[in-house]
Amino acid sequence: MFRNTTAICLHLVGPLRGKKSGASLTRCLHQTLTMAKRLQARRLDGIDHNPWVEFVQLASEEADVVNLGQGFPDFSPPEFAVEAFQHAVSGDFMLNQYTKAFGYPPLTKILANFFGKLLGQEIDPLKNVLVTVGAYGALFTAFQALVDEGDEVIIIEPFFDCYEPMTLMAGGRPVFVSLKPSPTQKGEPDSSSNWQLDPTELASKFTSRTKAFILNTPNNPLGKVFSKEELELVASLCQQHDVVCISDEVYQWMVFDGFQHISIASLPGMWERTLTIGSAGKTFSVTGWKVGWVLGPDSLMKHLRTVHQNSIYHCATQGQAAVAQSFEREQLHFGRPSSYFVQLPQYIQRCRDHMIQSLQSMGFRPVIPQGSYFLITDISDFKNKMPDLPGAADEPYDRRFVKWMIKNKGLVAVPVSIFFSLPHQKFFDHYIRFCFVKDESTLRAMDQKLQKWKAELTP
Amino acid sequence: MFLAWERLCTLSCRPKFLKTVWASKILGLSTSAKMSLRFKNAKRIEGLDSNIWIEFTKLAADPSVVNLGQGLPDISPPVYVKEELSKIAAIDNLNQYTRGFGHPSLVKALSCLYEKFYHNKINPNEEILVTVGAYGSLFNAIQGLIDEGDEVIVIVPFFDCYESMVRMAGATPVFVPLRCKPVDGKKCSSSDWTLDPQELASKFNSKTKAIILNTPHNPLGKVYTKEELQVIADLCIKYDTLCISDEVYEWLVYTGNKHFKIATFPGMWERTITIGSAGKTFSVTGWKLGWSIGPKHLIKHLQTVQQNTVYTCATPLQEALAQAFWIDIKRMDDPECYFNSLPKELEVKRDRMVHLLESVGLKSIVPDGGYFIIADVSLLDVDLLDMKDSNEPYDYKFVKWMIKNKVMFIGFCNIVLYVIVDL
Repeated sequence: MFRNTTAICLHLVGPLRGKKSGASLTRCLHQTLTMAKRLQARRLDGIDHNPWVEFVQLASEEADVVNLGQGFPDFSPPEFAVEAFQHAVSGDFMLNQYTKAFGYPPLTKILANFFGKLLGQEIDPLKNVLVTVGAYGALFTAFQALVDEGDEVIIIEPFFDCYEPMTLMAGGRPVFVSLKPSPTQKGEPDSSSNWQLDPTELASKFTSRTKAFILNTPNNPLGKVFSKEELELVASLCQQHDVVCISDEVYQWMVFDGFQHISIASLPGMWERTLTIGSAGKTFSVTGWKVGWVLGPDSLMKHLRTVHQNSIYHCATQGQAAVAQSFEREQLHFGRPSSYFVQLPQYIQRCRDHMIQSLQSMGFRPVIPQGSYFLITDISDFKNKMPDLPGAADEPYDRRFVKWMIKNKGLVAVPVSIFFSLPHQKFFDHYIRFCFVKDESTLRAMDQKLQKWKAELTP
Repeated sequence: MFLAWERLCTLSCRPKFLKTVWASKILGLSTSAKMSLRFKNAKRIEGLDSNIWIEFTKLAADPSVVNLGQGLPDISPPVYVKEELSKIAAIDNLNQYTRGFGHPSLVKALSCLYEKFYHNKINPNEEILVTVGAYGSLFNAIQGLIDEGDEVIVIVPFFDCYESMVRMAGATPVFVPLRCKPVDGKKCSSSDWTLDPQELASKFNSKTKAIILNTPHNPLGKVYTKEELQVIADLCIKYDTLCISDEVYEWLVYTGNKHFKIATFPGMWERTITIGSAGKTFSVTGWKLGWSIGPKHLIKHLQTVQQNTVYTCATPLQEALAQAFWIDIKRMDDPECYFNSLPKELEVKRDRMVHLLESVGLKSIVPDGGYFIIADVSLLDVDLLDMKDSNEPYDYKFVKWMIKNKVMFIGFCNIVLYVIVDL
């Protein structure tokens, strides 16, 4: 059996053996393999496909597109962060070498201090903090540490797409529960707060096999900021069923309209069963530094440390040093108008409002997000007017729409169906996601594209 | 130079693993225990939690201790490497996400460099993956290609994560030792440590998914010869096995020795993942960048692991590394090229240390490559009276004694005890 291997040329291996090492090989010989065994590990089954690859490729191939797809800022990070990085790379030359495996000490210290106050919890930098390669790395470490074969993991839809494959890679079984929009008043725009979980349905998802519950607040892609009542419901179910809560809070500072971000770990009875994940990339607009962290009780963190020391062992030192210095700066300004955590959401809210207005004038129906980097917009009207866009027969409409929009209208967005489990994708194929955390010039370029599009629609 | 450090483990580590598994099965049924039952770790990390380095790092943290233990340089990286990173820190868009499988300019530079050794084009997008250090490449390779029930051949002594990563993948490590055959009158060198071809062959069977090769070797400093690699290659082909070749010390090869890439041997490219390290190449271990090079049909599985683990590596560091590579790629024959100047510098230090060790009665195994020297401490016959009660191996106790009394942290090597027992 030769499952998933490339062309096998058994008869070519013999003559190759006679050649001297380092001899020149032709291209096709270079790629052949005779291997009767299956190559890849079973843990990769069903998780090799990545929907982003296709869209990122398409966006890079088309000339003159406005990229509102992937979630990263295209404006500069704050000066103090850039300075912190420059200081880290040009100061003590020993910062070019390994630091402590579980986190550069000044960083774990400041994270413990800073978040200890926010969560109302004594946080020990050695026992309760782990620095990871981005929040993505934190999620992976948490899943690998705690999710076993056959464990169930409750995931709220729509979800940041890696939660499902990470659950599968750990041998777990994802159990989905959907946020659903309540009907809005005619003429009223939809808001992320309008999308809710049904408490009875949510409770029904917990079984004796439920190991973990993934919470993402503010939510990607919807932008929902879970309210205290909603979090209390999740908390009570987690406690009742003795479940670990993995709380992805990367957008914790990106909250608008006076809404409040609440960390579920700060609710009674939750610190001991919650892993709180954060991201320097989203906090300081430096997604390329890939520094993230997990905060939690030692009884859980020790397992994450075991995974960490057997996967990457250390994170890069200088990025950590720069993040530590950036947090130290923020600690001095915390709560004041000069705080980046005050200024950034103010700026981003203006970007959000700009985008909402522009999209509405085009006939899109954006769902107003309470937080995060993103908004989703209803494209039902387009689906009714042009239902037959090119694409595979069973390809969800939103994917076909996005590809068509990239090619023909020069705007890059992301289809929202990729944030839903396979069986539910067909119910949510009429939304696309835009990232509004962009420079003014990018939003103006977006306006130009939209105006051109609008002009083409007018007879 | 550094005495044996990093996470070295031999057969003596295995009893420790079994003990931990047994202990974890004993759980009471009280409420708090019930909760801890639910918060139990996943089985994949059972027995992998212990870390002997934590204890020794604490002991060595005293500022009066000279740390020759851990495998990291305390000299500055080359000036131009630091300068590149400094320049890049000011460039805006390099602070955001880059391509998940490797920053374009870096994979291009790696492809350009390694094509010289593989005598073939290397596709930067499909045949190279940038990872979080070589450690991350090992993890991606093992997670991507090794399954539960597989066997993986590990040559003893070994960089200790090989065993724990193989176990985490649910596979069984099968050990085969390097043995020393010293020649009378000649100084003992790492090349005296060899595999017995028959013994090696006996370890291969239908369950063998891969062999992990490390050349130049940590901790011995052995640089495998062409003939030795051919024996391994023949077995890989015969038994239809993959080869994970950890070549992080590929540039650190001393006079009279040559580094060979097993992936360049006939029939080997298609079944080999070759791992490299920026940290060891440019003396920047804290940058945590490494890479895997191999055929598309293997690399794609490492890429799948990447997109489900860290997704992407840090952008500014990758760009700086690319620039540093371009500088040295252009002057590969120049003595100023770091790939040439660093081994020259370290060879002098190696010789100095061998001499120093001899002067205190420590017989060392002269390494042909790498960062480390192993020294036989048995001849010193040190009285470790106050360490007597401990169940620890002799070398653990010796190291603690050294730190305590001689104010020097050396690593330790179970292989010393192994050699004594063997003789």
